Amino acid sequence: MRRLNQFNLILVLTLLLAACAAPATVAPPQRLRLATTTSTADSGLLDAILPDFESQFNANVEVIAVGTGQALELGTNGDVDVVLVHSRAREDEFVANGDGLNRLEVMYNDFVIVGPKDDPAGIAGLATAKEAFARIAETKSQFVSRGDDSGTHAKEKSIWKLAEIDPATDSGWYFSIGQGMGETLLFADEKGAYTISDRGTWLSQKEELPNLEVAVGGASIDENKDKGLLNPYGVIPVNLDKHAGVNFELATQFANWITSVETQQMIANYGKDKFGQPLFYPSSDAWKVAHP
Amino acid sequence: MPLVLASLFPIITLSLYVSGVALVIATAIGVPFGAGLALRPVPGKTLIVLLIYTGMGLPPVVVGLFVYLLLSRAGPLGWLNWLFTPPAMIAAQVIIALPLVVGLTMSAVQSVDPALRLQVRSLGATPAQVMWTVLAESRPGVVAAILAAFGGIISEVGAVMLVGGNIEGSTRVLTTAIVLETRKGNFELALALGGALLALAFFSNLLLVRLSGRRAN
Repeated sequence: MRRLNQFNLILVLTLLLAACAAPATVAPPQRLRLATTTSTADSGLLDAILPDFESQFNANVEVIAVGTGQALELGTNGDVDVVLVHSRAREDEFVANGDGLNRLEVMYNDFVIVGPKDDPAGIAGLATAKEAFARIAETKSQFVSRGDDSGTHAKEKSIWKLAEIDPATDSGWYFSIGQGMGETLLFADEKGAYTISDRGTWLSQKEELPNLEVAVGGASIDENKDKGLLNPYGVIPVNLDKHAGVNFELATQFANWITSVETQQMIANYGKDKFGQPLFYPSSDAWKVAHP
Repeated sequence: MPLVLASLFPIITLSLYVSGVALVIATAIGVPFGAGLALRPVPGKTLIVLLIYTGMGLPPVVVGLFVYLLLSRAGPLGWLNWLFTPPAMIAAQVIIALPLVVGLTMSAVQSVDPALRLQVRSLGATPAQVMWTVLAESRPGVVAAILAAFGGIISEVGAVMLVGGNIEGSTRVLTTAIVLETRKGNFELALALGGALLALAFFSNLLLVRLSGRRAN
């Protein structure tokens, strides 16, 4: 009796599958899970460029936008196929541990230090972030930190280190809030505090932040005098040998696609009409060869 | 920066403090209000009850947003300077807890045999005394109302994140710390914090039940 039921079930399933497959002339789209940082997703860049990939490769890209720390951890657990993040040291570690293969340079933008318009620390126009941070600490002006191990937080910590300052959370002027860039900017705006932001998020949120302006980093990336504030993004497919089940082939196609000259051109154009300047600057090897 | 045990302690204390104070306030307002709604003919009662039941399903993040806009520098209560402080978190949690306390108290009180009320009144009790007697009779239900509210606010993250700001050392509570550690990729630590939250809820509930339930059986 039982065997008969099983047999029937298999028969029905087979028929169903056949029925589904028969009229379909195109294969169903492949799924690509992409873990990335909130900056690429929130800026709208992915929405602008991903449809091209999806139609070219008959793929469906599922974007998981989280902090760089969580994005890499998702890769380490084999829960995504490819990561697109910005924290060079952690990316190298990710590859060194064998979790990712072939990191490729994709693009960059830069960080700016924003603060209240009356500039209590007097840092407006300083050439380097290091000097600015030193002065913020010296004047005990309020500073908000992402505090979430994101790429931006990693950059911030490296600047404090450069300035040889160890900001303590009980100092009364340093707030570590462990939230995303948008929330951190809002917090700084409410508190009248300084913070460090990637230029893309700053530009896209500026309208809602009436009390803030750029103190260090200038109005565009060309005016940024501190080359240490550059913010490179890399793409890394998750290693198939370590994580069975990831779609390594499609992930590699994605990495090749996003570094191709055509996609790099799309990245270069994105944001120009809305913000008067691009939010990201292409920097893949192919792009550099084509635009020496 | 790994979360060590020493930095865990203020987080747990603040969680208890914020949700505890919010619960006391919500209980002080909500229990009499819920009982009053159940016992007295109130004009527009159906609408009020509907609103309260709807409020029980209010997403914490919406409450957070509402309180945020009130307390923002640009908001009407900005002069209080409460934003990103524990009082703001308490205010939000009171709003979340209140419908739960009111709604569940009301149904607990309504389920008490109406004959009791008549009897007590015929013995010459004042309205306040009637309310007190009925409340005492429906104590298990009222305790359940308070426990449900506590469970709702100790575990909510949307509102405290928004109006507290999750500031390390001043407004970070267990739930916001869990979100943060998850986002950092420290899944084990996030899980451990979740365990701490569960333990905290368990022992708080135990305490509440013990304190109030001696006569429940």
